[in-house]
Amino acid sequence: MSNAAPLVLGIESSCDETGVGIVRGTELLANAVASSVEEHVRFGGVVPEVASRAHLEAFVPMLEKAQADAGVSVADVDAIAVTSGPGLTGALLVGIAAAKALAIAYDKPLYGINHLVAHVCVDRLEHGELPEPTAALLVSGGHTNLLLVDDVTSSVRMLGETIDDAAGEAFDKVARLLGLPYPGGPQIDRAARDGDPTAIAFPRGLTSGRDMEKHRYDFSFSGLKSAVARHVEHEERMGREISVPDVAASFQDAVCDVLSAKTVRACLDHGAKHLVLGGGVAANQRLRHFVLERASEAGIEVRIPPPVLCTDNGAMVAALGSALVAKGVAPSSLDLPADSSMPVTQIVA
Amino acid sequence: MLILALDTAAPATSVALHDGSAVLAAVSHAGAMSHGELLGPAIVQVLATAGADRRDLTDVTVGVGPGPFTGLRVGIVTARTLAVSLRARLHGVCSLDVVAAQAVSDGVVDEAFVVATDARRKEVYWAEYTPSGERVGDADVARPADLAQRLPGTMPVLGRGADLYADVLNRVAGPADPDAAVLASMVAAGSALEIGTEPLYLRRPDATPAAQRKRASA
Repeated sequence: MSNAAPLVLGIESSCDETGVGIVRGTELLANAVASSVEEHVRFGGVVPEVASRAHLEAFVPMLEKAQADAGVSVADVDAIAVTSGPGLTGALLVGIAAAKALAIAYDKPLYGINHLVAHVCVDRLEHGELPEPTAALLVSGGHTNLLLVDDVTSSVRMLGETIDDAAGEAFDKVARLLGLPYPGGPQIDRAARDGDPTAIAFPRGLTSGRDMEKHRYDFSFSGLKSAVARHVEHEERMGREISVPDVAASFQDAVCDVLSAKTVRACLDHGAKHLVLGGGVAANQRLRHFVLERASEAGIEVRIPPPVLCTDNGAMVAALGSALVAKGVAPSSLDLPADSSMPVTQIVA
Repeated sequence: MLILALDTAAPATSVALHDGSAVLAAVSHAGAMSHGELLGPAIVQVLATAGADRRDLTDVTVGVGPGPFTGLRVGIVTARTLAVSLRARLHGVCSLDVVAAQAVSDGVVDEAFVVATDARRKEVYWAEYTPSGERVGDADVARPADLAQRLPGTMPVLGRGADLYADVLNRVAGPADPDAAVLASMVAAGSALEIGTEPLYLRRPDATPAAQRKRASA
């Protein structure tokens, strides 16, 4: 009865990527992703309604591409998994409705799963079974979370998260201040390579003695963004030209310094010898550098999935779905709702 | 022939199953919203009530609005996915046409009329119909007062939008929301005007292009 490597189709539509992935246990068979990022550029950020409209148009093409890429039909899968939260409600509902239609059409069990936990579980496709416990730092335009994973199918805790902007959002906002296009992450990363990260002493949010008691693993980037804005305005008032590379490098170091320091601190405090990095910002070169350096000093193994698996995709949803089916976890019901603020402790809805 | 019909363009979630000659089963959750939660179970329910097998579906039809966007997408993505998965024919129909067809068959109108539904934000979605229920032109969105000014004062207006704005529109009693049973019958009879399954949003997304830069200090 037990199935060590269940074949699962996963659907992701929580933000601006429409993903359909197919996974057999820890083996990746297909990862079809359509992104509406280009449509959000002129708005300087993801517009939920624009993203939702794009999901509706992209879903069936991605479903067909995933089946063709994998050489597998939905008729063959053991289950359908779909992100049911957290994320944008209207966007989530497109994927959820589609998943239900597949579950009905093929008479398959349906799993509404947690997007954040899927970001951790996707590493199984690259590096195999997750050691337990594993810490995870998830950083994207929508999330900044520090998790402790005792068991990816049953026990995940939130150690900390941003109390204001997500890290990726801070990159977008600072990029705009510097006249760089959206999305800001890759732009800042590139500009910073020619800059001096010590040129401007930007604040490190929530790292003072008192904050480290109350917000030991939490993050804050809103004050940092304002500090960059004040710096830029001050320089302009003084009639000085702004060094975009220096500001980018100094800002980026402030973000990556705090993210990596708190993450390694959390690993040490909780005896986690392994760390998974996920989310779009995991592609940032400086963040990788800081995390790898500090983790290595602390004797922590860092697992970073390839970029296509770090950003939102359906394979990560399928990976978690497959782990849940293998563990015999009960499926969700057909009245599964979208849960925009699904807590990380809830792995299946 | 086994037709599954869905409409989620109104607050109601409406589902029906039709065998080409009669409606076999229908479920309607009036005014409930929550289309995302209600639609899947409603589909399973009509199949079970009729004792029908999903694999025998030959046609899937969906009301493509106009209507509130989130619910509309739930119905359309469901219909598209079911049709492609079950290799059934897919039919998209304007949801206002469904209300019009029911008004004609119920005999509540005998002249040219308008169907108006709730577009929220104090507006209505509307379209004009001939006495026999054929749509004249495209569906549109308007403020009730502006619509009233455009129409001959005697032209009857029916539907949820007419019920809501009876103070401004020449409201006549009639069906309020699209009924999937009527939609299924229209497809069965070959009388539905098929327009594909692109949603009739009729409004652009609410968003303004980013300003050049926001200032941090006053």
